[in-house]
Amino acid sequence: MTDQTNIDMAACYSIHPTFLFRWEASQDAHVLLYPEGIVKLNETGGSILAHCDGDTTVTAMIDALATCYDAKRDAVAEGVVKFLEVAHAKGWIRAEPRR
Amino acid sequence: MPRVGSVPSLDGEGKPIWVLLELTYRCPLKCVFCSNPVDFERYGEEELSTAEWKRVMREARDLGAMQIGFSGGEPTLRKDLETLVAEANELGYYTNLITSGIGLTSRRLAALKEAGLKHIQLGFQSSDRQTANWLAGVDSFDRKLAMAREIKAHGFPMVLNVPITRHNIAQIPEIIELASSLGMEYLELANVQYYNWALLNRDELLPTREELAWAEAEVAKARRRLGDTMTIFFVIPDYYEGRPKACMNGWGSIHLTIAPDGAALPCSQARTLETLDFPTVREHSLEWLWRESPTFRKYRGAEWMKEPCRSCDEREHDFGGCRCQALLLTGDAANADPACSRSPHHHVIQEAVERAQAAKAGSGTLIARQGGLASGGGGA
Repeated sequence: MTDQTNIDMAACYSIHPTFLFRWEASQDAHVLLYPEGIVKLNETGGSILAHCDGDTTVTAMIDALATCYDAKRDAVAEGVVKFLEVAHAKGWIRAEPRR
Repeated sequence: MPRVGSVPSLDGEGKPIWVLLELTYRCPLKCVFCSNPVDFERYGEEELSTAEWKRVMREARDLGAMQIGFSGGEPTLRKDLETLVAEANELGYYTNLITSGIGLTSRRLAALKEAGLKHIQLGFQSSDRQTANWLAGVDSFDRKLAMAREIKAHGFPMVLNVPITRHNIAQIPEIIELASSLGMEYLELANVQYYNWALLNRDELLPTREELAWAEAEVAKARRRLGDTMTIFFVIPDYYEGRPKACMNGWGSIHLTIAPDGAALPCSQARTLETLDFPTVREHSLEWLWRESPTFRKYRGAEWMKEPCRSCDEREHDFGGCRCQALLLTGDAANADPACSRSPHHHVIQEAVERAQAAKAGSGTLIARQGGLASGGGGA
């Protein structure tokens, strides 16, 4: 499942500086704001992007979310990688250089 | 402000999620397609104060606004721009500056960055100095180019917005090259919409069908070549679509414009609707203006619609098009937008297109934005 992806499990992703990611109380949701646009995220999308802090590897993110949602790790891993692929293709996130 | 790319991918659920502040109608340029009211001079003395703008921003945020645009006229003519941007940023807005670049300096850009400005949209007329200066009515090309580089040097994400008419449509390949070499994230080739000054000049500005088809093909080629490095928006004018634009995502749906004098408008062109009253934030709370005012309720939803819109299966999709265009071209804002092929008034659009096909570019006279032109409220 994860061997055909361009998402690097050991990489830390961060929100691309063109985008502003934050909680929006009036929408009861996380939102991504960018030039002349808004994306309202569902709960899982918001949780995943909240871990794109430039400091958490994809592996660590999956562990944290599996614990948080009390879910099977494989299922969480599949969902996270799929979402990160979309987020990366849309330019919302980028991989931080390895330290 | 009906523009490409300006509709957020979000249902507002009754909230004005996108608020546009027209800080002033003053501008050093004299563009022939200017979207400001033809009688813009009337409002010069009545501009809101810094404190009043701050109150507007707070009230709009409380109503659920998330995107804010600082526009005009030329917003940098307001000396309090940095103060207002800082306040907006503090309130949690995504802050956009919509500017001609004239009035910006490296020092002001640094101050705006410091204030938390997120994005700049720079208006540009052409890749060719002579054409650009002629369309803008003043020598501005070199200054704008320098500012584009300066804005990128300060690390702002940036949209280059080029209003397209028959006078610059042939330059689209060069405009794309210029935008790409400047490092733009987005290029908006915005076919001019025909209101106010642009409507006065329509016969001289509207491109032909052949010119548009050629331009679309050029844009497609450039997209293939440039890939993800730059996003190009290009939408042909609604005169050629046969379908009306989903103007503002519906009247009073997600968009709120505040004019320099504090008038609350469903879009920046709405002042052309002379049958409506536009009360200001000096007289009422923003909540009342948005939720309760007769002006915002007038064309909200579908109740106001006449035939053919009322029974049209696309009414939830395009909301009957643009109310301002319906008024300007059919005499009644509640009529279907004549850009719609189902409108009984569609012939007025077809006639304008025929005139554009017949006209030779440059054969007539363009009226530059200027003071002292009496308000006609409509096309000449």
